[in-house]
Formats: sequence, C-alpha cells, structure tokens
Amino acid sequence: MAQYETIQHDVLVIGAGGAGLRGAIEAAGRGVSVGVISKSLLGKAHTVMAEGGVAAALSNVDDRDNWKVHFADTMRGGQYVNNWRMAELHAKEAPDRVRELEAWGAVFDRTPDGRILQRNFGGHRYARLAHVGDRTGLEMIRTLQDHATFERMSFYTEFTIVSLLKEGNRVVGAIGYQREKGLFFVFQAKAVVLATGGLGRAYKITSNSWEGTGDGFALALDAGAELRDVEFVQFHPTGMIWPPSVAGLLVTEGVRGEGGVLRNRLGRRFMFDDIPALYKNQTADTEEEGWRYTVGDKNARRPPELVTRDHVARCIMREVREGRGSPHGGVFLDIAWIKEKIPNAEKHIRAKLPSMYDQFLKLADLDITKEPMEVGPTTHYSMGGVRVDGDSQMSSLPGLFAAGECAAGLHGANRLGGNSLSDLLVFGKRAGEYAARFALETSLGRVSESAVNENIRQALAPFENGAKGRGESPYQLQAELQEMMQELVGIVRTENEMVRALDGIQKLKERSRSLHVEGNRMYNVGWHTAVDVGNLLTVSEAICRAALERRESRGAHYRIDYPDKSESLAKVNTTLHKGEDGAISVRLEPIKEMPAELKQIIEEMK
Amino acid sequence: MTATATFSIWRGDLQGGKLVDYQTEIVQGMVVLDAVRRIQADQANDMAVRWNCKAGKCGSCATEINGKPRLMCMTRLSDLSTTQPIRVEPMRTFPHIRDLVTDVSWNFAKKRTVRKFNPRKPDAADGTWRMAQIDVDRVQEFRKCIECFLCQDVCHVLRNHQLFDEYIGPRLLVYDAALVMHPLDSDQRLADLRHAHGIGYCNITKCCTNVCPEEIKITDNAIIPLKERVVDLYFDPLTRLFGGAR
Repeated sequence: MAQYETIQHDVLVIGAGGAGLRGAIEAAGRGVSVGVISKSLLGKAHTVMAEGGVAAALSNVDDRDNWKVHFADTMRGGQYVNNWRMAELHAKEAPDRVRELEAWGAVFDRTPDGRILQRNFGGHRYARLAHVGDRTGLEMIRTLQDHATFERMSFYTEFTIVSLLKEGNRVVGAIGYQREKGLFFVFQAKAVVLATGGLGRAYKITSNSWEGTGDGFALALDAGAELRDVEFVQFHPTGMIWPPSVAGLLVTEGVRGEGGVLRNRLGRRFMFDDIPALYKNQTADTEEEGWRYTVGDKNARRPPELVTRDHVARCIMREVREGRGSPHGGVFLDIAWIKEKIPNAEKHIRAKLPSMYDQFLKLADLDITKEPMEVGPTTHYSMGGVRVDGDSQMSSLPGLFAAGECAAGLHGANRLGGNSLSDLLVFGKRAGEYAARFALETSLGRVSESAVNENIRQALAPFENGAKGRGESPYQLQAELQEMMQELVGIVRTENEMVRALDGIQKLKERSRSLHVEGNRMYNVGWHTAVDVGNLLTVSEAICRAALERRESRGAHYRIDYPDKSESLAKVNTTLHKGEDGAISVRLEPIKEMPAELKQIIEEMK
Repeated sequence: MTATATFSIWRGDLQGGKLVDYQTEIVQGMVVLDAVRRIQADQANDMAVRWNCKAGKCGSCATEINGKPRLMCMTRLSDLSTTQPIRVEPMRTFPHIRDLVTDVSWNFAKKRTVRKFNPRKPDAADGTWRMAQIDVDRVQEFRKCIECFLCQDVCHVLRNHQLFDEYIGPRLLVYDAALVMHPLDSDQRLADLRHAHGIGYCNITKCCTNVCPEEIKITDNAIIPLKERVVDLYFDPLTRLFGGAR
C-alpha cells in the first residue's frame, strides 16, 4: 500500500504564476478555502520573464484607444480563430485588472501627468502596454505574491502534480509529490484550476524555464478534458542566439517598441519588403514615418518591425535562409541607432530597457546602447491549451477550470505581445471566481484509493528501473525529443516531417517506459525530469496531431505544403481528445457565429 | 578545440556531505549553471539544483561560487580561473536540504511580518492615483529585487550571529523601504522597523550591496535612509525632551 497524506480544500489552484495567483486571490476573497500548488518557489514562475508590458486600453497615452480597438487588434492578430467572447471580455476587463494592481502596490512607469504610462507594441494600434521598464512580469508577480500572502490560502511550494483525480466525470482533486522529501500528497478539492503555463520545453531553443513542460495540457488531456488549437505555438522573433549557452533567451519586443529596427547583413530594413495584407493600412511606408510613430506622432503609422510576431519570425527565417543573416545565423536588432534621433539616447535606452542592457552586457559582452544585437526566433508561447468556456473558464469536465497560458481561446492563431499578462489577470480572476462559485454549490467528491495507488506506482517506476541498474536517462530522452520537435515541428512545417515526428514520439514513448533514475526521492532532479518527460511526450504528440489536421498556414502555424490560408479552415478550431485506449484524436469544430455588434467592430476597424 | 574545467560541487544532505570533483567540457559564453546542468545530465543525474529562468530574473540559482554568494546563471566561466577547480556550494546561512539546494522558507515566513501595502485614498474620481516618475524611480530600484536571498546569505547578522528572530535581514529591509518610500503608502512602519525588524542590528558593512545581482544599493539607498527615519522619530533629542515617541 502506497503512503501519502491527504489535504482538503474547496478550490485547488495548480500553478503559482500570474494566472494561478490571481485566481487564488479571487477565490479566497469569496470565502472558500484555497490551496495553491507551486512547482518552484513562490515568485519564480515564468511570469517573471515577461518583459515588455501588460496590454490594456487605459487610453492614458492615446485617447483614441478603447476596448473595441483592443478587441479588434486581438482578433486580427489571432487571424479570427480566437474565441471572440474571450477577446471581448479581455479587452473590456483588462483596464480594471491593471488598475487593481496599482491599488495592491504595483509601481508602473508614469506619464508626465502622473498616470500609468503605456508603450507601443507589435499589433497594437495605439500605445497600450502598461510597463515597468522591461521587467513588467516581475512587478506583476511580486505584487500578486505579496497581496496573496495576506489572503487566506495555503501554499504548497516545490510540489508537482502528477495526475488529476476523478469521480465519474467530475474532477475531485489531484495527486502529486513534494520535491524536498519526495513524499506523496492527495489534494481533495471541490474545484481545480489549472494555471500551469506553457510547453516551451518541448523545443530545444526556447525562452521557457525548465518548468514549462506542458503539465496542465497533459493533466487535462489524461483526465479526459479537451484541448484546443495546440498547433499554434508562438516563436518569438527575437531571442538571443550568441553565445550558444544563452540561445533562446528572450529579447523583449519592447526594444522594437522603443524604436529598435531589424536589419540584415547588408544593413537593409528587410521588414519593409513584405508587409502582410491585414496590416497594409496600418504600416508606415517609409522609415521616417515609422520613427514618427515611435515618438508618438498620431498621424504616423507603425514601423513594419511592429507587425505581429508570427510574421516577423518568418521574415527573419527568410533572411537567414537566403544568406542575408548575421554571422551566427540570425539578424541584427539595433536600438543604438536612435542616438541619431534623440539626445541622451544611451540614458534613455538604459532607463527603458535596463534588463536587456544588463543581459547583453553580462552574458554577451555587448553594449546595446552602442552596437546592434544578434537575434533569432525562440519558442515562446502556446496559444492553444485546455478548451474552456469563455465566461467561466471551465473545461469540458465539471469542476476543472483553466486559465492563463494553459487555457486556449483568447489568442487564436497568434498572440499579441502584452496580451498574455492581461490574459492571466482577466481570466485568472474569472477562473478563481467561477471555481469558488462551483465549490460553494458542491461537496467534496470521493477519491479512488486504487487510482491513487496506481498513480504513485507509475510515478515511482523509474526508481525500480534504476534498482535494476539499466534503462534510459530522462535527460537524454528529453534532449532527443527537444531536438526532434525543433527540427520537424518548428516554425516551418510540412506533412512528411510531422509524420516522422509522430513516429519518433512513439518510439520515445516506448523507451520512456524504461526511464531510470538513481538515488533516493529527496530533491532528486533526475526523477522530476522523468515525470516531466511524460508530459512533454503527450503535448508534443498533441501539437503534431493538431498541426497535421490544419492544412493551411495561419498565424504561428506555417506549412510549406499549404502556404496559404484556407477559407474553410478559417471557420474552425481543432479540438483534441484522448480516448480510453490512450489515442489522441483531433476533430475540426466550427467556430460559433460572432454576434452582429462584434462583427461590426471588426468591420469598422479594418 | 575543446576545453575542460573541473567543478567541485557540494554533494550531500543533512547527514553530511563533501565536495565532489566533476570534469566537464566548456564552450564559449558558458555560465556556471550551464556547466552544473551538464554535469547533472551526464554524470550526476540525481543532483539537487534549483534554477528557473537562466537569465538573472528569478533569483532561484543562488549559491556560493568559490566562496562568494552569486547566481549561477550570471556567473560566466570566462570570469573565473579554470586552472583550479571551481567550487560550487549551497548558501550556508540557510538550513541545507540537499546538494546545492537550501531551505529558504524563513525569508517567506518573515516577509509576512511586514504589514500589507496600505494606499492613501485615490486621487481621482475614477479611483486612480497620480504619481510623478521622479517619485517612483526610488521605489522601482527596490522593486527590482528578484528575491535570490544572496544578501541574506552574506549578512553576518544572520550568517554568523544567527539572529533570525530579532532581525529581518537586508532583503526584507529593502522590502520595507519599498513600502515606506512608496508614494501611495500611508501606513506607519517605523515602530516595526525599530523593534520587530531589528534595523539597528545592521552596522552598514555593505556586504549585501556587494553581492546584489540587481545592483540595488541596499545599504545606501534603503537601509541608511530607514535608519535615519527611525532615529529622527525615536532619538531626536528635542522630541525626547518633549516626550515624543518611544
């Protein structure tokens, strides 16, 4: 009989990044007992890596901005396969969620008249991103963390959940282990909120930390909930590429928002060479007009560096492929050039992009106020995730909610920069609210002893393989998977490569049955990696299967065998489900008709 | 051309431990965390290491490298001598868990003794405030803190004198400063600073400032101004004469 401790809560929040903390604060405020599972220490979640800002139509800098423009921008950026209800709620509620942070102690940069300052960002028509230099995510997570400390909730830090627990169709809790001693805990809960973030670790070059192993995606899928749109993986156009040890580290879009330009080896601003049809009307014709936009001229249109991330990433790939790349296989991102335009440019760059300045100086011996950076695409964000109801964030399983990156819908085929931080505030709050309501109307479910024992047995299997002295290294398996996904299911996709990837995943899955770890259960990172690899294999398969079904190119999903958009696929989402036999199936599901007033907004903003 | 370096890494738990030497290949631009993770993947699968962002933004990978408290992710091998083994040890001020990982929960528990942010009434009818950039600059310096706890690790009041009950440490004095100097905060925090948080224990050796990876001027900009405020309130001779605060 396996040993474990049982803990009960009304609402269990899995994940302590922005979405999890915001959800937990909301639920606790509604008087229910809340437990928060944090895979790392508190305040270390990937939210701290968010740099550029949080998008909200506060209209502090440009009074032409309002929720309708933000809504239209989000839908255009997502190429209209977004959940329009979520895009509507997000645009309407983001300003209140940002102002609320200020009431909780966040200190955003200010306008000359003392209000929250906003900056330009890709795909946002007006200056919309509230920010703190280039460390907005840190400010947000610290504010939420400090605020949450005073709410009635229990934190379980350095815990990892290995499975959700069900009674019939309803989710009634979760089982996981505590990192420090390796002991197992069963959490019984009336409602469970997944807020586990992304899956970037499925790829070799990624901006994500070790935690981003798609846990929420895999937990939901394994429990029988549906995923949606997981073919849409965002490759951020500007990651560091040199030196090799920092490859993938994020370079904020804020660099371009502050006037940074992209050039190829020949010094050409190649983004002017290919401006997507959806953005023709909104993009500057000349470099001079682009600069005027950067400094706030309301009659100017945005420079082409500030179109959506999917497009910028592909243009960079094109330059590299056609031999016009930088020495280490990227392109140049230049912010130093603004010294031609403004006095005190060095000081300005250091004030607005302090952590980028430090990052390059300390890790690459490069002073960004003097020289251009070398950048290239890096796996950054999953637009897809757990399929949820737009209002309540409940998944297809009763009692299971999801918010933030691990939930699908808001971003469609491509996310706009800054919309992830507003996403986690708006929908973190909503998930917490509806989970609390659900919990108040229900009682604790029954946890199956045999399911618990089976989960523990599976989680510990790598130790038995270890005791036999033979088996696969979890580190090795993970590295092979990452190489393969990078190579075969990356920015440019095609059917035969993805079929090869599926075949490769199948082989890795078989090998993963003999994963082996040494040592004991105390803070054993090899064991943790073995658990994470299982999730990565599941989400990698899901990405491949959905990507094969979307036989077109849209947003972040680009296929050379179907390079154009398809009119019929413009009207569908991919929905994924795992059957009893463990097979993941994909179906194309029509998008619900948009109400007339939202259609009208999109028309007006074209 | 490949080069190798030797790393002496602390392995063990509460029962005891020792430095174990590992050799690994090094490449250009590598930081200590890269080397430690490579050793973990190739030679020491079960080694306990804590890290997250690998970009100096989360503060998880705080250790002592050649005896100096540093972030592994921001310590480049090119800045260290590789002719001798590079020593990597856990932070010694906190209870050890295993290998390079320590129990830093004291910091989180102690933080709860700092009272919650308490803003003044909103300035505008729509519930928002007005603050000048020049007034928030000062607080933003403190809010850069990534909670790596290297300053707590190096502080002799905690490390040598073990005054964990009496003293809150540099990290949390910076947190106090961010609240005291927050343009909107309306709470009275000086009594806590003097008594519960033990600000008097700091004798401004500036060790904390020297190890801060965010380059926060902890002593000069946070602790000394707070000490001045405490002194003004409690030890001003004229105020005392007329029966002021205790």
